[in-house]
Amino acid sequence: MIELAGVSKIYNGIEALKNINLKVERGEILTILGPNGSGKTTLLKILGALEMPTEGFILSNGVRVDEGNAEETRRTTTLVFQRAVLLRGTVRDNVAYGLRIRNLAGPEIEKRVKAALSLVGLEDLADRPSKGLSGGEQQRCSLARALVLECNLLLLDEPTANLDPESMIIIKQVIKRLSERGVTIVLATHDLKQAQELSERILLLDGGEIVESGRPDDLFLGQSSDMARFTRSENFFSGESRVLEGVARINIGGGVEIHGALSRGGPVNIHVRPEDIIVSNERIVSSARNNLLGSIFRIEDHNSIIRIKVDVGVVFTVQITRRSFEEMGLNVGQEVYLTFKASSVMLL
Amino acid sequence: MVSAILEGLVKALELIASGDPTLVDITLRSLAISGLATILASCWSIPLGVFIGLGKFRGRSLFKGLFNVLLGLPTVTLGLVLYLVFSRSGPLGFLQLLYTPSVIVIGQAILITPVIVSFVANTLEAVDPEIRSLALTLGASEVRASLTVLNESLNGVLLAVTASFNRAIAELGVALMLGGNIRGATRVLTTTIALETNRGQIALGIAMAVVLLSIVGLVNILVSQARRWI
Repeated sequence: MIELAGVSKIYNGIEALKNINLKVERGEILTILGPNGSGKTTLLKILGALEMPTEGFILSNGVRVDEGNAEETRRTTTLVFQRAVLLRGTVRDNVAYGLRIRNLAGPEIEKRVKAALSLVGLEDLADRPSKGLSGGEQQRCSLARALVLECNLLLLDEPTANLDPESMIIIKQVIKRLSERGVTIVLATHDLKQAQELSERILLLDGGEIVESGRPDDLFLGQSSDMARFTRSENFFSGESRVLEGVARINIGGGVEIHGALSRGGPVNIHVRPEDIIVSNERIVSSARNNLLGSIFRIEDHNSIIRIKVDVGVVFTVQITRRSFEEMGLNVGQEVYLTFKASSVMLL
Repeated sequence: MVSAILEGLVKALELIASGDPTLVDITLRSLAISGLATILASCWSIPLGVFIGLGKFRGRSLFKGLFNVLLGLPTVTLGLVLYLVFSRSGPLGFLQLLYTPSVIVIGQAILITPVIVSFVANTLEAVDPEIRSLALTLGASEVRASLTVLNESLNGVLLAVTASFNRAIAELGVALMLGGNIRGATRVLTTTIALETNRGQIALGIAMAVVLLSIVGLVNILVSQARRWI
């Protein structure tokens, strides 16, 4: 339905995208996976006809898109930004914005807004001022505002990044449901597990180039060398694996051995999601196979969630909610235990 | 001194309560002159502020800096300059506007122009740059997207207009030097306060001051209520 041919984009002398050739098929759910700064957002903005390529061209249903007819494409394609941008007024006003532009009748707007809000679980907050929402609610409001338009193509930029768990689950469910309804979805993320769970096709973007693409199974279990290059991201480790009694013991350096529910021996690349790690002040006795002691050396604040870097010999990133963070009273330099299950260890 | 003030306050309340015709006349004139000046200044200052706030052109920051400096323009300086312009031998002397209410309106409008321009430019700069992209991706045309950006800053624009009205109604220099404080013609609240205090009529001065403060207070309350609804 939309196709990019030889697309390059240069911003202030920097080449954000290089020679992208891409065809988005009707009804598919495509994930663009890549580290921060790899050009994901730029690619989505071009697919959404918000930016024009410096070189190459965009084809929408076979018609070339330019400044003159971009508005037509934008009427059937919507991008949800990574950072929720809300308009003044209530949640309801925000969700109704695109429908008002399309001059729909009042009762029709009311009906569709209501349905969209209930889909994202915000029906009770319809009359709240938009600026008073929490981070996760803002993101859900942005999603509702986009999906209410019933566009053919929905573009989502890191829809669940830095969100509270409740919002994350809701947004994932909504994406699945929309996809079942036949909406074409292109989703940018740096979350491997999300890419694996949600998508039918993954496109690996690095340094503005598509370095690999394929079905999730092929990419994740095929020992893709490009996947391993994501070591720039968080919680990616390479090491030697020995399989004993069905559990892989992986030495990832720094005197750290991780237990993973894997059956592969020898050199492996693994990943543990920051939100799958439990942080505690005392050692937790549990069924989880991994228990590491380390000290906090950095705390990053992302509003409703907090990311903590912990040095246990190697550096782990842990993601927790603000409430947990405040209740635990964590500080830089403090010693903490990290706990995660062997099944949280993903093989790349 | 304290007793004089108390006496003044009592007298002031009496005058206000009895609806003293002079007081009402002067108050209405003040409101009309400064209100007109605010409307007039808004006509050119809001578009100029939008242009500076959203435009991308060379010398934009210089332009903006100029208006920021003019924010602090002493009213007597402007009064003096405009006096020379509108006096009989001045370049616009032929209009014969000096010592009329019209010239006070013009003077105050010029005085508050930098207030509106600066506030509007700043409020538009503060609007999230992604708002435009958001409007576009939700299907807005370019024109509609620009209107959405302006709508996001409506609060700031309203604040700019309120602040400028406050400055207009509370200024003395322009009204005194261009209007001449002529009874029944160009006498406004501030010029009356100055005159009556000079003549030792503290009570009337205080009455006017109370009215002036009440107007400014009332306008601000009304506007802050309105801002909640828009």
